[in-house]
Amino acid sequence: MQFGLSESQEFLKDSARKFFAGECPSAEMRRLMETDTAYDAALWSKLTDQGYTGIIFPEAYGGVGLGKVELMLLMEEAGRALLPVPFFSTVVLAGSVLDAVGSSAQKKKYLAPICRGEVRATVAILEASASWNLRDVQLSAVSGKFTGEKFFVSDAAIADFIVVVARNGVFVVDSKAHGLKISSMSGMDPTRKLYVVEFSNTPAEEIGATTDLPRAFDVATAALAAELVGGMQRTLDVTVEYAKTRKQFGKPIGMFQAVQHQCADMYLETESARSAVYYAGWALEENSPDAATAVSIAKMYASDAGRAVGNRGIQIHGGMGFTWENDLHLYYRRAKASETAFGDATFHRERIASMVIDSGSVSAKIV
Amino acid sequence: MDLNLTGEELTFRGELRTWLASNVPNDWNEWREKPIEESFPYLRAWQQKLHEGRWAAVSWPKEYGGRSATLMQQALFWEEMARVEAPPMANSLGLGLIGPTIIACGTEAQKKRYIPKILSAEEIWCQGFSEPNAGSDLAGLQMEARLDGDHYVVNGQKVWTSYGWVGDWCELVVRTDASAAKHKGLTVLLVDMKSPGVEVRPLRQMTGESEFNELLFRDVRVPLENILGKVNDGWNVAMSTLMYERGSYGARLHLTFKRYITRLIELSRTIQRNGRSAAEDPVIRQKLAQCSAEIEIMRFNQMRAFSRITATGVPGPEGSIQKIFWSELNQRLQQIAQELLGSYGQLLGGDPHAIDKGIWSYAYLRARGNTIEAGTSEVQRNIIGHFVLGLPRSY
Repeated sequence: MQFGLSESQEFLKDSARKFFAGECPSAEMRRLMETDTAYDAALWSKLTDQGYTGIIFPEAYGGVGLGKVELMLLMEEAGRALLPVPFFSTVVLAGSVLDAVGSSAQKKKYLAPICRGEVRATVAILEASASWNLRDVQLSAVSGKFTGEKFFVSDAAIADFIVVVARNGVFVVDSKAHGLKISSMSGMDPTRKLYVVEFSNTPAEEIGATTDLPRAFDVATAALAAELVGGMQRTLDVTVEYAKTRKQFGKPIGMFQAVQHQCADMYLETESARSAVYYAGWALEENSPDAATAVSIAKMYASDAGRAVGNRGIQIHGGMGFTWENDLHLYYRRAKASETAFGDATFHRERIASMVIDSGSVSAKIV
Repeated sequence: MDLNLTGEELTFRGELRTWLASNVPNDWNEWREKPIEESFPYLRAWQQKLHEGRWAAVSWPKEYGGRSATLMQQALFWEEMARVEAPPMANSLGLGLIGPTIIACGTEAQKKRYIPKILSAEEIWCQGFSEPNAGSDLAGLQMEARLDGDHYVVNGQKVWTSYGWVGDWCELVVRTDASAAKHKGLTVLLVDMKSPGVEVRPLRQMTGESEFNELLFRDVRVPLENILGKVNDGWNVAMSTLMYERGSYGARLHLTFKRYITRLIELSRTIQRNGRSAAEDPVIRQKLAQCSAEIEIMRFNQMRAFSRITATGVPGPEGSIQKIFWSELNQRLQQIAQELLGSYGQLLGGDPHAIDKGIWSYAYLRARGNTIEAGTSEVQRNIIGHFVLGLPRSY
């Protein structure tokens, strides 16, 4: 058993870190977040050149065929850079759903262009109830058409097509389809834009049944937790650096235990979230029977820890941490948005409870 | 990253399982509640048996009677021991901490003299580290060792010494150079507890038991050949012991905690809250789920740390994460047990109405010590702050 990264995994992670640091430094991230869609075609094409847009998908559809652990590593680094652009919406979310649900012909039609970096896409899940429980989805296609609305759809304005989760299946709606209206929601996180998507007799192509959705959502949920870990790591790094250099009472503030112990807790929370995320990635990759539990453990922990680490980081930065010019609040905003997305800690605790209390089967397979 | 067991790991576990199936005693449950003084010969015999099967110290190098087990194999070992509810071993400090330190820092003669009897439980070891005025600030310890010919003469007091009452030998940290900086004047001595001038007193703790002892040394003569490592290098020798303590202990706790939570989940189905079973109460469900998840995360952290240590060779300051994690988790876990059991949670072992023979009241009180023993949570956070994150020393 080896719970460390392999050489090629380390390489992927390092090169992703360097890539994001070079192509999407803080100034670029801030430039994009001020735009309407937080999208940049040139950056997207560079992501494609790296193979990131096809990272976990089969080579038959133009993907790279790497595993879920590799996806976690890439998302971790994307999270560290607070990457705008719809990588999560397009690749992780829409890509995983299409891969899980679509027929081979549909994958050629929709997934392959994602892998090739030719299109942007997203998945519309939530409705007015804002419930992440799939049983609460009300929208249904009637004779291949939708009338109704979806909320909190990330990156919908730049999506070439939208994958729609409905009561009676999973569908694809083209961005130019009749009766489709997309209007923005003003969310806390300026780096990932949210939209209301309205359908009015809008034609949709059925992709498949909702039965295969949970696994795709598990991949997306774990990846979001991985992204949170990257944000936590970045928050920890800049906070420790600040604590070493900022002086008060003639000493670096990192010398005070009240500060030092908060940093130690940030480290513990970040590392623990990372352990849970890597395990979830592995369990998904191996189709381990505890994969769903592992994903909930990771998202539960990372949701709470992401917020806690952000709180501590800003607190240690004092007044500087409360300014707009400091990046910490941007990570804090993303952490809050990601905490809620795909179920917060309370949601996942209940999911864990249903698995460990009601069915009595827990236990990570490890050892 | 590959979390599947390797062929070698499977073989190791298979061999152990086979051995345990025919050797683990089946009457431990009758013994476990007796006072330790009474059950100690039983634990000694169990260790002797493990030693005969070469299972007493799997982590030790083969040439010293171990199996040169990897950290993963060690984890498997403790997991299997917990699975069959095997009794603990009598000489747990000797096997887990002091033996490895002697192997790492001792002379050939010392290894030959002490190691076999640690393995066979013929000689039980205790650890003389903390003093009344040197707890977290261990390097400030005062126990005096004065050179007198070919002996040191030791005077002073040690506290919180586990197994002091039954110890044959003690890994003792003493001050050999009072003029040096405090970390620099310490030396580790291997002390025969039957030496004239050694007095052992029970130290009663808040659980009512006396797991620990106080040791008093009055003009105790220790031959120079019993120096472990180099003179005035005792801090480094002692630290390597503590790293082993922090690194390996957490590994054994996963199944213990898991047994606790499994039992609590079972109890939650029978305990009534607001007209329904506690297992259906959303608040209780949240808490049980949180705890179950954290128990798994403790495991994941441990496995990641093992893989890292395997790559670097020695346990590092990351062990502090484990120490904080398991100790604080156990306190939360025991609090949930108390909430779930309500008024029954307080009942002690002897009470006829006690649930599970009163283990929950005991576990609650015992867990209070977890964030103090083996380095307080505050000291662990200092270690992470300074040694892991590179923040300036706070003291």
